[in-house]
Amino acid sequence: MHRTLLAALGLIAFVLLWEAAPRFGFVSPLFVPPPSGLPSAFLREIQAGYWVSAVLASLRHYALGLALGTGLGVALGIATALYDGLDAALSWVVRLLRPVPGLAWVPFAIVWFGISETAATFIIIIGVFWINFYAAYGAAKAVDKDLLEVADAFGHRGTLAKLFKIVLPGSTAGILAGARTGLGQAWMAVVAAELFGVPGLGQRMMQASSLLATEVVVVYMITIAALYGLTDALFVQLRDRLLRWQR
Amino acid sequence: MATLVDIKDLAIAYGKAPPVLAGFTAALERGSFTAVVGPSGVGKSTLLRVLSGLTAPAAGTVDMPMQPEKGRRPVALVFQEARLLPWRRVLENVSFGLEGTGLSKVERTARAQETLDLVGLGQMAGRWPHQLSGGQRQRINLARALSVRPDLLLLDEPFSALDAITRQSLQDELLRLWHETRTTMLFVTHDLDEAVYLADRVVLLGGKPAGIVRDFPVDLARPRERDTANFSDAVREIRAALSESVNDGAGI
Repeated sequence: MHRTLLAALGLIAFVLLWEAAPRFGFVSPLFVPPPSGLPSAFLREIQAGYWVSAVLASLRHYALGLALGTGLGVALGIATALYDGLDAALSWVVRLLRPVPGLAWVPFAIVWFGISETAATFIIIIGVFWINFYAAYGAAKAVDKDLLEVADAFGHRGTLAKLFKIVLPGSTAGILAGARTGLGQAWMAVVAAELFGVPGLGQRMMQASSLLATEVVVVYMITIAALYGLTDALFVQLRDRLLRWQR
Repeated sequence: MATLVDIKDLAIAYGKAPPVLAGFTAALERGSFTAVVGPSGVGKSTLLRVLSGLTAPAAGTVDMPMQPEKGRRPVALVFQEARLLPWRRVLENVSFGLEGTGLSKVERTARAQETLDLVGLGQMAGRWPHQLSGGQRQRINLARALSVRPDLLLLDEPFSALDAITRQSLQDELLRLWHETRTTMLFVTHDLDEAVYLADRVVLLGGKPAGIVRDFPVDLARPRERDTANFSDAVREIRAALSESVNDGAGI
């Protein structure tokens, strides 16, 4: 209760300072648009139909990119952890590709896919792939060897049987931790991927900032924060359900 | 009695190192209860790992004339630590070994519940492993192995980490289960009192490489009483042989 109160006070103080700075002339409202101007900007965006279509478009890129990036990252991470040969074969490929920032792939995304939804999705996939790859790899490597032996002792000796009976359930916590980080990372990637012209929140922010409509930019910043908060809260629900066996 | 398991000239080695166990020959009678004792590091646990198929022997044969049967596995192992799967409820832990034995899910659940009732934890079916006490976890460990109705049950110091009272109650529990199921038991322990209390034969391992030093029949009447002279004599005799073999080993 005490913490909730402090959290609310902190947020109110932040908004008041934010409002005071442009209102008392410390900074130009163009540089720091006051929060009191945001509701009307938000209404304008809704009425013009920009907001809904931008949110829907971004959600589509987000969901597809996140699902593919997470799925591929987890699958390759676990396969690499299970097969030493694959691990060895990929070790330098991974070291080569891992440090390349997601944004560095934008030129290639445009060359390969044009300024298209596919290109945006591709950037998001890259943005979440590595987090999930490493999380799944580490979690699968850390699975209790004693439990793998239990599987052996009770006749579950094949790789597939071990994968589904021991490795996957045993690394769920680690995989989900990676997936949750990816959840936030993917929203950043969505904006980055749309800045180069694919319709969505990022594109709308770019348009607004080139017109110096900074209050509209802030509306979309808050929109992204709210969407992230929502997806993260839903994910935590799902995670707690999947991990209810933990103490 | 008929022989269930025939072990001939078994040798066990880690990698290219000299064998830890060599020339091990023994036969286990169907329905018998054999305890294996010996100094630590002598290869008692490794022997169980070989018999359960977790480790391949360096030489020798293990002959168990048992064909696979629906809902059964010929050999089951009770680990020293419970090793329950934390993401499975108690009932699903017990049915773990039944998966892949040709039973339907309903049949597996029924068998697991029946086995849980047998070890006295029928009420715990829906619990998570972390909600159980150490003694309850060992009972589940035991139930998981019993549920596959093995011909041979291997037990690797299953009660060594428990407090004295829990240990004794589980020993009595195990004897009751043995009488009810008539499963052949091979029980590794470092506790001579436990060996004499449970087994009708105590095999002492020793030497380098290890082999059978002595094979003691225990023909005390059951139920056994620990405070009797006969019981103490039996324990003392095995203890003397154990010290002797350890001292011989140190002299090499």
